[in-house]
Parts: sequence; structure tokens; C-alpha cells
Amino acid sequence: MELFEVFIRSRNGLHHKHVGSLHAPDHEVALENARDVYTRRNEGISIWVVRSKDILASNPSEQEALFEPARDKIYRHPTFYNLPDDVKNI
Amino acid sequence: MTKEERFQNRIDQDLKIEPKDWMPEAYRRTLVRQISQHAHSEVVGMLPEGNWLTRAPSLRRKVALLAKVQDEAGHGLYLYSATETLGTPRDETIDDLLAGRAKYSSIFNYPTTSWADIGAIGWLVDGAAILNQVSLTRTSYGPYARAMVRICKEESFHQRQGYEIMLTLCRGSAAQKAMAQDALNRWWWPALMMFGPHDTESTHTEQSMKWKIKRERNDDLRQRFVDMTVPQADYLGITIPDPHLRWNPDRHHYDFGEIDWEEFWKVVKGFGPCNRERLEARRKAHVEGAWIRDAAEAYARRQSEMKKAIA
Ligand SMILES: [Fe+2]
Ligand SMILES: [Fe+2]
Repeated sequence: MELFEVFIRSRNGLHHKHVGSLHAPDHEVALENARDVYTRRNEGISIWVVRSKDILASNPSEQEALFEPARDKIYRHPTFYNLPDDVKNI
Repeated sequence: MTKEERFQNRIDQDLKIEPKDWMPEAYRRTLVRQISQHAHSEVVGMLPEGNWLTRAPSLRRKVALLAKVQDEAGHGLYLYSATETLGTPRDETIDDLLAGRAKYSSIFNYPTTSWADIGAIGWLVDGAAILNQVSLTRTSYGPYARAMVRICKEESFHQRQGYEIMLTLCRGSAAQKAMAQDALNRWWWPALMMFGPHDTESTHTEQSMKWKIKRERNDDLRQRFVDMTVPQADYLGITIPDPHLRWNPDRHHYDFGEIDWEEFWKVVKGFGPCNRERLEARRKAHVEGAWIRDAAEAYARRQSEMKKAIA
């Protein structure tokens, strides 16, 4: 059996969200098992299953190298720009 | 700062630890032990209730019990998955149970001899489990905490359906009420034992509290359970089998008698009324289900070969 990760879209218009994992011999069975295990109470309207080994995850020890560069770029946020209160709808 | 100090620092800030984060080996080991024991408890916990599935007194009771038992299977799966994120293969965890090396909650080593036991289990056993699990939604290991959130959402109907069974029996004939009382007599003390030994006796409590694997002490959870449950028993009109039970206005808690620790340790060590039977039932299910797992694997292999042949 292989390990699969399960993603569920809970409502129309929302993203699929990771909900957990399960064992299955293939994608088809993984999908059926995910239906039984993760949507017994109308938790979703769509399911994705992905082999865990096909996911490449970022390494926690590289967190700084990956995410630090974005931290000081405050000019990427609207609050960086000073406008008088009199200007409306902007 | 050393690795260990950085780790403890994160815990102290209430940051979650995730599978790929560095963690002390002892933290990992403690988690594997605790989460896998929890998983086994969910799975073995299906057996005493499964005993009454075919004999539920009405279709309404039967669908509810079936849904509850099915939920417990799901809980087992969430927790086996969480164990797996710590690098222990699922087969190994399950082998530990089947070989009798792993522990599970002793409560499931007591027999369900009457229908009222199904009421008492939902009310008391799931009630006690919920208190413990709500406190564990704040545990420091991310996958465990998330599994707990999911489980707690599903648990609330378990306790309510149990209490509803008790209520129906207590409002029924004298014989039915006597059944409910008998079930309470047998399940009360084992339910209190579910919270584990006194914290002064528990070898793991302090380190687990420091690592925030555990968020509340055994005795605190047990007290909360007693305080919560006594008024519910009063409402049913049945009596908790403890002559020392009384409201203490100074403490604002109920005082209650001492657990029979000799019985507690006896059942933990494998000599409870049903320890053997439970393990045998699990082994039998595992062996008899092997062909389904094998067939599913064979089918998957065949399918992928066929797809390759076409392409
Ligand atoms: Fe459960
Ligand atoms: Fe439950």
C-alpha cells in the first residue's frame, strides 16, 4: 500500500485544503477511501488525492533562505504608500 | 543556543512542531508511543460496541451505533497517519498491537454484557475521552493537534447518543432503570481510570507537560470529569457507586473516593476481563482481511501494467 495525501474542497468557490492522509493500492481506491473517511458529514464537494512521494516539500531548515527575502519588501503592501485622508476610493 | 534550547523555545512560544522540523529523539519517541496507543484505543474500542450492533433494540439505535463505530475506525486512521508522520511505518505500529507489545486504553478490556452498557460507554467513556481529546487539540505536535480537532468534532454525537440511551432506560420500566444503574455501577470506576495514574505516580507527566505533548494533568482532567458527570447522573436518577462522593463547597469541586489501583495495574498489565479476547479478535480480523489487501494490490498492479501496455 502507498501513502496518499487527501485534499478537499469544502464548498463551491473555495480552494482544496489538505485534510489528512491514508493508505491505498492506487489512486482510484485512495479516492474511494477518502470519500469514506474524510467526507462522512458533507465535508466536501470535491476530492483530490496525491501520492505523498510525489510531493516535494520545502525544508524547514531553509526557511530563512526561502522566505526572508520577502520580509523587508514592505513596499509590496498598500499600507506603504502615504495618501491624504481626503482622497477617497483608493 | 543549542538545538534543544531552540526547540524548547518554540514550544514555549506555543509554536507547533511539524513532521520535518528537528525534534529531540525522546520527544519523537514519546509522541510515537502516545499517538499509537491512542490509535490502538480507537480501533480496539470498536470491539465492545460492535458486540451490540446486531442486537440494537431499534433501527434508530442501530444506525447511530453503526455510525459511531465507523467514526472510531476513522479516528484510528487519523491517528495512525499522525504516527506515520514521525517516521514509524504503519505496519510496524499495527504489528506492535497484534504482537501484544503495544498498549491501548484499559477501558476496552471490560465486557459489554447488556444493552445499557452501550449507553454507559457513550456517556462515560466517550465523555472522558472527549475531555482528554479537547485538551490535546492544543498539543505541540501539529499533525496530532489537527487530528484531535477533527476527532472532537465527530465525538460530540457519541456522548449524546449514549446519554440518550441512558435517559430512555431510566424513564422506562423498573427493570430498564435497574439495567442502567447496573451499567453505571460497572463502568464508573473504569471510566475514572481512563485518566491514568495520579500525576505524582506518573513517570511521563512532567516532561510531557514541558514539551506540551500533554496540556493538562491526569488528576485535573479526572476532577473535571467527576464535576461534569455527577449532575448528569442525578438527572438520570441513578446513583454513582462511590460512598465518598460529596460536594465540597470549600474546593468548589466534588470529593470522591480512591480508585482501586491494584485493579488498574492488573488490567494495564494484561490481566483484565477481556484483554485476551480483544487481541484475538484484532488478530483474527487482520488475518482474515489479508486477502482483501492482497487483492487490492494485485488489481492495482494489473491496472498499471495494462495502462503501460496501451501507452
Ligand atoms: Fe474516538
Ligand atoms: Fe467516540
